[in-house]
Amino acid sequence: MITGFVALYIFMLAAFTGYEIIGRVPTILHTPLMSGSNFVHGIVLVGAMVALGNADGFWETLIGFVGTILAAGNAVGGYVVTERMLEMFKSSKD
Amino acid sequence: MSFWDFIVNASYFVAAVLFIYGLKQMGSPRTAKKGIKLAGIGMLVAVVFTFFHPAIEGGFWHYLLMLIAIGIGGGAAYKTGKTVQMTAMPQMVALYNGMGGGAAAAIALVEMYSHAAFEHGFALIIMAVVGALIGGVSFSGSLIAWAKLEGKLDKSFRVPGQQIINGALAVLIVILGWSIVGSDDGAPVLVTLFFLASLIFGVLLTIPIGGADMPVVISMYNAFTGLAVAFEGYVIDNPAMIIAGMVVGAAGSLLTWLMAVGMNRSITNVLFAGFGVDDGAEAS
Repeated sequence: MITGFVALYIFMLAAFTGYEIIGRVPTILHTPLMSGSNFVHGIVLVGAMVALGNADGFWETLIGFVGTILAAGNAVGGYVVTERMLEMFKSSKD
Repeated sequence: MSFWDFIVNASYFVAAVLFIYGLKQMGSPRTAKKGIKLAGIGMLVAVVFTFFHPAIEGGFWHYLLMLIAIGIGGGAAYKTGKTVQMTAMPQMVALYNGMGGGAAAAIALVEMYSHAAFEHGFALIIMAVVGALIGGVSFSGSLIAWAKLEGKLDKSFRVPGQQIINGALAVLIVILGWSIVGSDDGAPVLVTLFFLASLIFGVLLTIPIGGADMPVVISMYNAFTGLAVAFEGYVIDNPAMIIAGMVVGAAGSLLTWLMAVGMNRSITNVLFAGFGVDDGAEAS
């Protein structure tokens, strides 16, 4: 279990990492990066899977099931859309 | 640490490294395409090994439900993502982002309904409640943003006294949230009301904002979903969710600010001034 200050340190370091990643990025890449980071938080899928896997009873299972559908949509949709954006970006650039 | 505990955690570590490195690569035009591929590999690794997660105690049916859910959600998103017009990309990002927010809220709900969130102390319940709020707002707000950009919703939509209604709802959310944190097991009724209130809040927050300002708003909800994912990652003890969510939360917040500055606007201006209503009507 990640608790207390260890959790706080992880939150802090990850926040600075995210800040540094975006810091000096050219403006034209802002939209693809928004889409790319939208894909990255699709990692919520692994949490939804665990929640569904542990769900007891009808309502918990239903919410877990819907959550997993939504999360899978986030991950897969985010990836496909980002890839298409970068495809277009590349061809218009060359 | 058992064998599968180790394997699953190792896969999450690999995923976290690939996410951060991939996002970094996406910051430069030459390496951007490689970047999204790396992040994609990270996601695939994490998802595949999650099937072996020792914390999953359900039997065969639970695994079957997981596969069906991933098939439905992933299949639908793959089809729409591949076929959508290039000009309709922003609302698709909003839609997928809203789905992520909804998923984070769903995790919070399962953890609170099953009382699991109430067994590990104060900080964990607060995280679960705040994550449910942010995820719920991001879910309904993103859906409104999507509907507006799709032209399914009237562009200018403004209730008189909206600020007062929003303020009252915010107070209600704080009271409900505090009651859940204060209770021993979070009465299901309270949790349900809290979730509904956060959904309504997301709708009211987004409805007055015009189409021209939507990219900024979508970026903001993207950061929201990241934060919600990080908080729920803490609740269910999932380091991959904490790190990826927090990185997106911070990167998304900065992106939102940069986008607003690019339009010569401040975030509060975009959210509360409603100047964008007219712009949106013109843009349509």
